[in-house]
Amino acid sequence: MNAIVLLVIGFLAFSLGYAFYSKFLAGQIFKLDPDFETPAHEFEDGVDYVPTRKIILWGHHFAAVAGAAPIVGPGIAVVWGWLPAFLWVTLGTVFFAGIHDFGALWASVRNRGLSVGALTESIVGKRARAVFMIVIFLLLLMVNAVFAIIIAGEHIAVPSSVIPTWAVIAVAMAVGYLIYKKGMSLLWVTVIGVSVLYGAIWLGDVYPLSLPETMFGLGAPAQWVVILFVYAGIASVLPVWLLLQPRDYINGIQLFIGLALLYAAVILAAPTIIAPAINTNPPANAPPLVPLLFVTIACGAISGFHGLVASGTTSKQLDKEPDARQVGYLGSVGEGTLALAAIIACTAGFATLPEWESYYSGSFPADGLTVWARGGANIMEQGIGLPAGLAETLLAVMGILFAATTMDAGVRLQRFIIQEFGNIYQIPALTGRWVSTLVAVGTCLLLAFGAGGGGSGGLIIWPLFGTTNQLLAGLTLMVITVYLIKLKRPIIYTVIPLTFLLAMTVPALLIQLAGFYRGGQYFLVGLDLLILGASILVALEAVSAFGRARKEAAGG
Amino acid sequence: MLAGLADFLREFYAAPFRGAVARAKRQEDDLFMLLVFSEMVGVPNPASYFTLELQPLLYEDFHEWHKRMGMEHSPLEGFHCC
Repeated sequence: MNAIVLLVIGFLAFSLGYAFYSKFLAGQIFKLDPDFETPAHEFEDGVDYVPTRKIILWGHHFAAVAGAAPIVGPGIAVVWGWLPAFLWVTLGTVFFAGIHDFGALWASVRNRGLSVGALTESIVGKRARAVFMIVIFLLLLMVNAVFAIIIAGEHIAVPSSVIPTWAVIAVAMAVGYLIYKKGMSLLWVTVIGVSVLYGAIWLGDVYPLSLPETMFGLGAPAQWVVILFVYAGIASVLPVWLLLQPRDYINGIQLFIGLALLYAAVILAAPTIIAPAINTNPPANAPPLVPLLFVTIACGAISGFHGLVASGTTSKQLDKEPDARQVGYLGSVGEGTLALAAIIACTAGFATLPEWESYYSGSFPADGLTVWARGGANIMEQGIGLPAGLAETLLAVMGILFAATTMDAGVRLQRFIIQEFGNIYQIPALTGRWVSTLVAVGTCLLLAFGAGGGGSGGLIIWPLFGTTNQLLAGLTLMVITVYLIKLKRPIIYTVIPLTFLLAMTVPALLIQLAGFYRGGQYFLVGLDLLILGASILVALEAVSAFGRARKEAAGG
Repeated sequence: MLAGLADFLREFYAAPFRGAVARAKRQEDDLFMLLVFSEMVGVPNPASYFTLELQPLLYEDFHEWHKRMGMEHSPLEGFHCC
């Protein structure tokens, strides 16, 4: 089948979802009111609460939620064939992610811009808040380890990605410096910065770099993981204006350019999908499609992380309540288009079936990002004539930069949490900037190595990460549902996704548990059991919270 | 059109980090306040000849600052704001 058919059906589904379903949700379920005073106006302070144009807010929301995950997840999941991944991404985005992101934004706006964590306590209760904290801690712990492993793998698979990836750090710092210290015009700094970035991509393509095969007894992947965490540790204590802000900005611009190039190439090349619709011959160690597909693709179908962004920063900047529809629902659609691009790149970017199978016949999970860069590069060469080597570097760097910005923010966030622990339990050593950073980086390194970052395990931890992300989404849906019950509105549209998520995550955890146990990976067995405990808590909490809310609503 | 684009980019650059940058700036300002008022809280300051001149200029922010530092009322004798 031609990839254009997939693209058209996917975009049609997203458009219909936006035009009808999100309109229905806005009018009938959330009852958005143009006259409602949003937190951005009520608490306007020019800092956190600032009414922002919806197109800009959408751009941010999209750039903040788009990451490496909607590329890697589909890149792994097409091992079962393109059809299941395609259906989950389109239906998931339209019926699951849309209401989740939109709902989280709406609930936060209606509750003084509180974040999901705080909403959980004020709407559901203290115990639910505790469960939420456990899930978020597990998620943060895993996100840094997973992304470090992904970047390390990509640096080895595509050595031309090394120079541009690290050059971006210098570009970002130069941008930050020129803007804040020299007061240069952002337009020119942007043009120069982005040109330098693409120049570095070209340079990397000419001069690929690799680390020695072993150094101090560490293989190349392990060396990269260590280097990445040393960098992330330093980056997390640098001022926000110097690195994080310009880095996120360049990354956002590069996201839009990269996506536009790739979609243009797909349309011009009209490649044929080589991969089977359903793969009847997956690798021997691949787990069953149901339920594992639904945790392998989290971002791109539904992801709890989006709720954090929607309620953390976006809700404080929403100008008018009806804007929530565009920002929240279309934000998740943006993520869906990225996942769709990943599916097309990973299934239509190869000339023959054996070539495609060479990526997916090895052990599960495949290195999704590598397949994305290679497949996407082939399409770009056919479509817009960019040499495949250069295009591969460009796409690899795009994926790596997503993962790296997430890591930057993730380590910083973890440092804050550890400092907070130090304050709560009165351990003065932990409140310091450097000690807390060391602890944060140390725990991530431990997990990265425990989960196979040493080179042997690859992305074995990926489905576990997806599961935790889904659990967080489940918790957010629970909060939205309880809020809807209190307002005496229909809850079926949130309860169905919630039930489905819980019904998939628990068996997925059990299947993985058995796999880890058989493989003798006791570290991962422990981690799996922890997440299993958390998901059972989420399920129990949901049942009891709904009961309580119903009683309250009936009584009041 | 170029101005519109520049304006758009500026918003895109600033909006997500407004809070974080403002907090970082406030932290630096707090340190500066401590420096300027250090003599009055008993910390010797070799540059007090110069910082004394700044005190009237910073008077407006003084109340907010001591509140933020966890002091209910002005810690300084003869320097009352509340």
